[in-house]
Amino acid sequence: MTWVLANIGQIGDLTLDHVLLSIPPILLGFLLAVPIGWLAHRYRVSRGVLLTVCGLLYTIPSLALIVAMPTVLGTRILNPANLIVTLTIYAVALMVRTATDAFDAVSGDVTQSATAVGFGAWRRFWQVQLPLAGPVLLAGLRVVSTSTVSLVTLGALVGMSGLGYFFTNGYQRNFATEILVGIIGTILIAVVFDVLLVLAGRILLPWARVDAAARRNARTARTKAVAA
Amino acid sequence: MNAFAEAFVWIGDPAHWSGPDGIPTRLAEHLGYTGLTVLIAVLIAVTLGLYIGHTGRFRGVSIGATSALRALPTLGLLTFLAIAFGFGIRLALIPTIIVLVVLAIPPLLAGAYSGIESVDPRTVDAARSMGMTEWQILWKVEIPLALPLIIGGVRSAVLQVVATATVAAYISLGGLGRYIIDALPVRDYTKVLVGALLVTLLALVLEGILISIQRLTVPAGVRAIRTTPSLRRQRAYGRNASAASRAS
Repeated sequence: MTWVLANIGQIGDLTLDHVLLSIPPILLGFLLAVPIGWLAHRYRVSRGVLLTVCGLLYTIPSLALIVAMPTVLGTRILNPANLIVTLTIYAVALMVRTATDAFDAVSGDVTQSATAVGFGAWRRFWQVQLPLAGPVLLAGLRVVSTSTVSLVTLGALVGMSGLGYFFTNGYQRNFATEILVGIIGTILIAVVFDVLLVLAGRILLPWARVDAAARRNARTARTKAVAA
Repeated sequence: MNAFAEAFVWIGDPAHWSGPDGIPTRLAEHLGYTGLTVLIAVLIAVTLGLYIGHTGRFRGVSIGATSALRALPTLGLLTFLAIAFGFGIRLALIPTIIVLVVLAIPPLLAGAYSGIESVDPRTVDAARSMGMTEWQILWKVEIPLALPLIIGGVRSAVLQVVATATVAAYISLGGLGRYIIDALPVRDYTKVLVGALLVTLLALVLEGILISIQRLTVPAGVRAIRTTPSLRRQRAYGRNASAASRAS
């Protein structure tokens, strides 16, 4: 506890860095995965290709991808872009699967009704498919958010900032408290992100609470995402 | 892209194919940790998962625990266990195996119980009405039908473990991660890339093997339903009819 109080400034700084490194991959991953997921849902050909590519990307071990990034991007090893690009790739790989399931789960009757009353493809996507796919997309986004926050700590192995610094530094100094602070801090960030996402869902997707079927879909999608 | 060429030259060099830091040794170490961990984790998680799936008990708890574990940073757990219990550098294997088992459990558990849950309840009821005991239902009906999903869980677990075993090199363990962790401080980026490439290759090969096994474990009856149009129609009709009768 004394260590925590004595180092509160550093804990704050590293927490802030951790948050700043976590947000871009989560947001970018979501923004990229939704259209890709829609393409995979819409066309049979693209479905096979896109889902296979995402599966393969997700197969690459995270540390391998982080350390190979400087070579691929031509950046320096300490550039935060290495970590952000790596984690964005993971977020997309994880999220595309869920996004595809989310669009698949939208009832065909509903989309056909929308077409019948004169919705064009563009308006149908924004006003019918996307809102109805929302709850499942949110479930996927929560998984992505949690795993991204936890993966940011790996950056410490290549000397990047964030709470992972406490792991490498604590290990070198043989000081367990410091590591514990890092673990608890990382979990807290993940929990705060999760609560914020759930709240955002309550506000943006009021229909999700009424629609029990959607909730059931979201639950199975989450189980699937966890299994993946 | 020149760096990749250099990495391949490094891999091709016969000098790197022998000795304690040679590719075969590191690969064997990596596979050894992975095999041992997955074996222990399968014994724990699949047993639990089958129980949860068959009885439907503790389902909520296990889903919660599964997502909570996802938030746990592996590097933190690894360094903490290595230090807190005084395993030190010589016994790095113990904290590593503990961490890897902990990480392998959620996907295995999820695969096992969602596999059992995915079995059509009418099939289970049919088996029960024919006089099968619960034990027979589990072994002769539920497990064979759930096997592809159970293997799917093994697949995710293996990937997770291969990736994390790389990180474990940080607490002075062997395996392919050694190349990355040893080469980073001395800025030997060719060797770092070699480590990254070899680990990726290993993960892809294991993934390929497990996908094939997963395909092979689909029971013949299920495969027939999926591929024969008339059977598929019949099954869809049965599903709709039972849904309709439930609704009325």
